[in-house]
Amino acid sequence: MNTDTLDGSAEDVPAEDVPADEAPAEDVPAGEAPSRAELAARVDELEAALAETTDDGGKKMSIIATKGTLDMAYPPLILASTAAAFGYEVTVFHTFWGLEILHEERSKNLKLSSVGNPNMPVPNAVAALPGMDRVTTKMMEKKIADNDTATIEELLETSLDMGVEFQACQMTIDLMGYDEDDFYDGVTTGVGAATALRDMAEADIQLLV
Amino acid sequence: MSAEYDIAETLDVKGASCPMPVVKTKGAIDDLAEGAVLEVLATDPGSMSDIDGWAAGTEGVELLDQTEGDDVYKHYVRRTA
Repeated sequence: MNTDTLDGSAEDVPAEDVPADEAPAEDVPAGEAPSRAELAARVDELEAALAETTDDGGKKMSIIATKGTLDMAYPPLILASTAAAFGYEVTVFHTFWGLEILHEERSKNLKLSSVGNPNMPVPNAVAALPGMDRVTTKMMEKKIADNDTATIEELLETSLDMGVEFQACQMTIDLMGYDEDDFYDGVTTGVGAATALRDMAEADIQLLV
Repeated sequence: MSAEYDIAETLDVKGASCPMPVVKTKGAIDDLAEGAVLEVLATDPGSMSDIDGWAAGTEGVELLDQTEGDDVYKHYVRRTA
C-alpha cells in the first residue's frame, strides 16, 4: 500500500517533507527556489541518465524454440521473419527438439505426430500404429505443397537473409551428439541459457514456443 | 486506382501465403529509393490485413492503397525514409 495515501491528504504533510521537485512553486520561500541554471543542469543530468538506461531505440524480439515437430517448427520461423520485416532485431534460441529446425539435414525431414492430437482425421488408437506418423507427415507435406506454404528450409533461409539470429543451445547440441557443422550456415553455436535470458531481458517481445 | 501512383516497382507474390507476402514486400521496399512506390500483387486474402498491419507497425513505409478484384489483391506502399 502507498503509505502517503493512508497518512492523509497532501495538505496534512508538512511543507518540509514534500520533495522539492514536487512542491508547488508558491510554497517555496523566495531565495530557496532553484535557479534556472540549476534546473537546466538538472534536466541535462536526467536526460543523460535516461539516455544511458535506454538502448538504441530499436525494437527487439526474443523467441525460445523448444519443439521440433513439423507443425511446431512453423510458428517461431513465421514470427521471426515477420518481425524482421517490421524492423525488429530478432533472436531465436533453439533448445531441445527446437534444435532440429536448425539441423540442415534433419530440418528437411521434420515429422508430424499423429497421436495426441484430437484434430487428426484418425483415432488415436489407429494413429499409434507403426508407420502412421509417416502417413500424417506425408499428408501435411502435401497440404503445404498444394497451398504454396513456404517450407521450413525456405523460412529459415529467408529469416537468415533478413538478419534473424538463430542460436543453437550448446548443452542440447552436446546432449544430442550433434556437431557445429550439422547446422545451417549462419547459425550461432556456443550459447546457453544466460545468453537467451539476456536477450529476453532486452526484448520488447518474448515468446516460448 | 493504380494510375494515381507512379509505380517504381511491381512485386508479384501471387500464390505465396503467410508470411511471404509481407516478408517479400519488406525486401522489395528496401531496394527502392525514398519516396518510391511499390505495387504488390498477391492472392493471399490475409495479405489485406497483414500488409496493412505491417505498414502501420513499420517505420519508413506508408500504405497508400489496397484494392481487391479478379482474385488479386493489390497493395501500394511508399518508402518514406
